[in-house]
Amino acid sequence: MNLGGGQVVNKQSMMPSSSSASWKSTTGGGVSGGGGGGGDGGVPDQFPAGLRVLVVDDDPTCLKILEKMLRNCNYEVTKCNRAEVALSHLRENKNGFDVVISDVHMPDMDGFKLLEHIGIEMDLPVIMMSADDSKSVVMKGVTHGACDYLIKPVRIEALRNIWQHVVRKRKHEWKEFEPSASADEQKPPEEPDYSSSANEGHNWKNTKRRKDEDDEADERDDSSSLKKPRVVWSVELHQQFVAAVNQLGIDKAVPKKILELMNVPGLTRENVASHLQKYRLYLRRLSGSQHPGGLSTGFMGSPEAGYGSISSLNGLDLQALAASGQLGQLPPQSLATLQAAALGRSNNSKSPISVPVIDQRNIFSFENPKRYTEVQSQHLTNNNNTNKQMNLLPGIPTNMEPKQFVSLHQSGQHSFGSMNNQVLIQMGGQNQNQNQNQSQSHGHGHGQGQGQGQSIPNAIPHHGMRQQPVLSSEMLTRGGVVDLATTTVYNPVVSQASSLVDFSMNHKTDSSGNSYPLGGSLGISNITSSSSTLQGDGSLDSKVSRRGIVPSYDIFNDLNQNGYRDWGLQDVGLTFDQSPPVLLQHSRSSGQEMGGQNRNLTTTGTHRNGSNIGQPRNTYVGENSLRVKAESFNDGSSHNNLYPEQYGQDDLLAAILKQQQQQESVGQPENEFGFDGYALDNLPV
Amino acid sequence: MDRCHMLRDIANTRKSFFDQGYLDEQFIQLEELQDNSNPNFVEEVVTLFYRDSARFLYNLDQALEKRPLDFNKLDSLMHQFKGSSSSIGAKKVKIECTNFRAYCNAQNAEGCKRTYQHVKREYTCLKKKLEAYFQDLRQVGPIEMACRPR
Repeated sequence: MNLGGGQVVNKQSMMPSSSSASWKSTTGGGVSGGGGGGGDGGVPDQFPAGLRVLVVDDDPTCLKILEKMLRNCNYEVTKCNRAEVALSHLRENKNGFDVVISDVHMPDMDGFKLLEHIGIEMDLPVIMMSADDSKSVVMKGVTHGACDYLIKPVRIEALRNIWQHVVRKRKHEWKEFEPSASADEQKPPEEPDYSSSANEGHNWKNTKRRKDEDDEADERDDSSSLKKPRVVWSVELHQQFVAAVNQLGIDKAVPKKILELMNVPGLTRENVASHLQKYRLYLRRLSGSQHPGGLSTGFMGSPEAGYGSISSLNGLDLQALAASGQLGQLPPQSLATLQAAALGRSNNSKSPISVPVIDQRNIFSFENPKRYTEVQSQHLTNNNNTNKQMNLLPGIPTNMEPKQFVSLHQSGQHSFGSMNNQVLIQMGGQNQNQNQNQSQSHGHGHGQGQGQGQSIPNAIPHHGMRQQPVLSSEMLTRGGVVDLATTTVYNPVVSQASSLVDFSMNHKTDSSGNSYPLGGSLGISNITSSSSTLQGDGSLDSKVSRRGIVPSYDIFNDLNQNGYRDWGLQDVGLTFDQSPPVLLQHSRSSGQEMGGQNRNLTTTGTHRNGSNIGQPRNTYVGENSLRVKAESFNDGSSHNNLYPEQYGQDDLLAAILKQQQQQESVGQPENEFGFDGYALDNLPV
Repeated sequence: MDRCHMLRDIANTRKSFFDQGYLDEQFIQLEELQDNSNPNFVEEVVTLFYRDSARFLYNLDQALEKRPLDFNKLDSLMHQFKGSSSSIGAKKVKIECTNFRAYCNAQNAEGCKRTYQHVKREYTCLKKKLEAYFQDLRQVGPIEMACRPR
């Protein structure tokens, strides 16, 4: 595996000897130490020495101690006592840091919010710290995508090993790239259907093994291609991305086409793919997160308050809607309102549902919202300007304010997965609506989406997928982080629908109508859908049990193959809200990597990490979540499937690639994935 | 010889801090961070702590004056104070902080106020001890570092 340390020989005497040895052997030069492309540590050859750490804590005593400890570990330390300052450091120098350590309780900004921001914008691994060791807080860290959680007082031993999080993230990024390189070497174990988790796991493992084998070879041979410079998803870029996705329709948004639409020189398909993945995850997360008050965290520290309250509103509304179980009964307006509410964006209330969807796109665009939740929220919130039509103006971020995103993100993040699931479920039922969705080219999805959303209650039974409790209300409530942990709805059928939902979140403007409709009415549900997308991916989903691993599958597929199809769907699965990674799950895998996992983040998305990806927040989310999951999932989050995902990723990729090869237009498969995303985000809060 | 005695006394004092529970393992972590590039690291950190934590105490004093008591705020303040204290290894202070927070959670105003007095007492007591300790260290001189038993 490419540890990113390049072929360096670990000379660090400070580093634990064992780690040194491993570094040496593993680094195949993928990540060149010379601070090459991925913004690796300053001295890659001596990794982890020179690891660039940013420490944020309002307590000067702790800050001083941490700084000294980190210096003693031979890391490069930058300290901040305010979150805003830290963020500006990070923004000014996007590749200037490898890992961030932040306190939870800070006066100017909540540590979790910062975590989300970082996950979305920069997709860096973030480690949380606090004197509070209560389970709920630690869980919160996990769900927001933190890579790790340290209890104060922090000992130096705990800090010595933080480099592992950097490596892990990079590894995931590379993995994403790998697919293209090793596509032809894909093992054929994976099967097209993702319903069986076993397969997924198997596939993942295979893929992983294969990957590992190939890693070194690839790295050495093609380190330049493997190690792509991290792409920074600026707001504009993200907007363009979102616009492209919307134009294509979330269901049909494949990296290749997106790339073509965006027409950005220097951007590779992998970059887009990983970003898409994250975006999807983000969207999924947004739909899934339903904490009524969850939004408050706000992506950018935006008016959380707004969210919280609104989300609760939405939740209720959604519930009502869901309860009605009527397809398409939901008046667009109401949906839009709900969405808007969910997002906490007051201005959106008026816009039609479709608008929300569009907003999502905006969300992404505005700051690399890696976190899908953010994207979602923003998306919804931005309703205001975008046209109702799904087709958001390309790259035009509807007024998404970063704040919006943030808040959305936050709230969405958590429950994103769950929300998505919910939506998916609903969507699932709608499979029948698929046609509708498909036909909807433009934001008319509302009608359809609505129907879909409506049918949620029905949907669930349809698919027999893991039944996710119809948290419709929950999910819909974007505001709150919906911890749908329980909803791992895996509705393959739904996938269609889910994809819509998911997409809508992702912002597919006209994604087969499905996405939008969801977006519209489901604007909120989108969030869920995004998460659900994960679920949608049958195969993946099953694997990830809740997480909707499936989506991740998609991502991989896309990664592996150039012709991915619906990216949108795919990434959903991966980014669980929980991904801590921020990762948070945070780090969009620098755009280049498909996995976007690196980036996040969480979020990280699971923060983590997002440049303009306005749309597929879900994707990001997925990516991040994958990553995050692997790392920090161990927690009680409902899905512990993270690990399996980890392994599965490779397999998934293989599987996905295979699939793609087999099928060309994968609107459907992707949907599946997308839906599964719900499952992923079921983290119980 | 005088120096030796001083060194021994200092070592004993230090040991008593641990034996009597004033300081815990974290203090040792700080000592281990001290090196040639930061020869007075521990003293600097402790000084910084006492300087910074004064504001916590001030805020806590203010908050405890209010009627009715805002337990959430008190808890939050004390949480931060506790975190800070634990970072230098102030064990007794930390214990009293925990007690205080327990009373906060129980919304027990009397308990809070009473415990707060304990916190302040331990805090001040430790401060005096450490001040004397560092002063002795400075008197003994840098060489002391090398031969100071750990």
